[in-house]
Amino acid sequence: MIKTTIWTRLDIMAKHMTPALLTFGLVIFNIIPFHLEGFGRIVPLLPIMAVYHWGIYRSELLPVYAVFAVGILQDILSGVPIGLNALTFVSVYWFVVSQHGFFLGKSFPIVWLGFGLILGVVMIVMWIIMAVFFTTLIDAKAALFQYLTTLGFYPLIAWGFQRWQRTFLRLV
Amino acid sequence: MSVGKRPLSRIAAPIRGITQRFAYMGMILLAMGLMILGKVDALLMERVRVITTDAVAPILDVISRPLDSINNITQQVQEAINIREDNIRLRKENKLLLQWQEVARKLDAENRALRVASNFVPDAKASFITARVIADTGGAFAHSLLLNAGERNGVRKGQAAVTGDGLLGRVADVGARSSRILLITDLNSRIPVVIESSRVRAILAGNNTDKPRLIHLPPGAVISQGDRVVTSGHGGAFTPGLPVGVVYSVSENGISVLLFVKPNQVEITQLLDFGLSGIIKSLPVNQVR
Repeated sequence: MIKTTIWTRLDIMAKHMTPALLTFGLVIFNIIPFHLEGFGRIVPLLPIMAVYHWGIYRSELLPVYAVFAVGILQDILSGVPIGLNALTFVSVYWFVVSQHGFFLGKSFPIVWLGFGLILGVVMIVMWIIMAVFFTTLIDAKAALFQYLTTLGFYPLIAWGFQRWQRTFLRLV
Repeated sequence: MSVGKRPLSRIAAPIRGITQRFAYMGMILLAMGLMILGKVDALLMERVRVITTDAVAPILDVISRPLDSINNITQQVQEAINIREDNIRLRKENKLLLQWQEVARKLDAENRALRVASNFVPDAKASFITARVIADTGGAFAHSLLLNAGERNGVRKGQAAVTGDGLLGRVADVGARSSRILLITDLNSRIPVVIESSRVRAILAGNNTDKPRLIHLPPGAVISQGDRVVTSGHGGAFTPGLPVGVVYSVSENGISVLLFVKPNQVEITQLLDFGLSGIIKSLPVNQVR
């Protein structure tokens, strides 16, 4: 038995907070201006990758309230109607948590495919809501580019999170 | 596990399931409610946005500084590589510009004489605030820049954000120490412009792409590719004459404009204050309603 001193308990608590902190951190990281040529509008949607990943593998460490708060923060910073990303993040989270049994054992390509499908639905829903909200149609090309960039970046982020899990969250 | 606990845990699990589903449903309804509230009471949401952005701004400011240094280094390396071509191109440009300088001098003298002759009322002088871009919320659905200057630096809603190349956008939200620029490419942006040569008036409407469109043209207007587009100053929104871009394509689908400024490469911007608030009125951040 591991001796549960105050330090081990603090250590466990700190480690348990990392998925939520990483997800919040991604919201900030997502808007740092990298000034890359041509990247402009096709910044990948990083926070939703975190919600999807942690929702599958360690959903108890990223409770739905945290997911909601991350969505609200993303809304506030990016300038979209407040509640939009909160809605989509919570929906994605709800879906992957309810499909735990399916996702948990699967290989990475299946998980990636799942992400692609869910992200596609999310972007279509966002496109529709924005069209209704502003009573004008948004260029679908930009949304498509963002979908592809986000899909392309997912393996990198997922790999990073897997490494984090194996290093810090294996025993806790 | 004692016998007494087992039936309790048997009841607890489905209840937990129901409360979980309630929590998810509740969050989703709350999110939808917030969106509707945002449509109904835009000012409240703006306040929330401004306060939160202000809180996050110092973090973004600190993080974006090393990136600017890195960008400077890569820029210098690129310049060193292109030095010979740049040199040739710049010599040609210089020759052309010296000719324009002559023309400009003549026009300036003529202008002065005409102003005196016609008792012309001069435009107000501009003061400006220089600010750094600390965040770029680029996305398919909204695109704005956050700056590290706010109300206490003199930033006010409606001020024009420009760079050396031309108009970038205008100040949409102002916090105590940060502000948000609505780019002219954003969906919500509508700028009164005029074709410099023909003085045809139009509205530049952003559509979340890098080539906004000209709308509300007078019937029978002739626009050609390459026409220079500048602000017209109508509505008192911006001062007239700020460079915007050139007409890129003219077709049945509409007229698109290629902008002078590349928004995702802007590091420093200047906010111009001509003393015009135009049609935008807002309360100072600290004032209680």
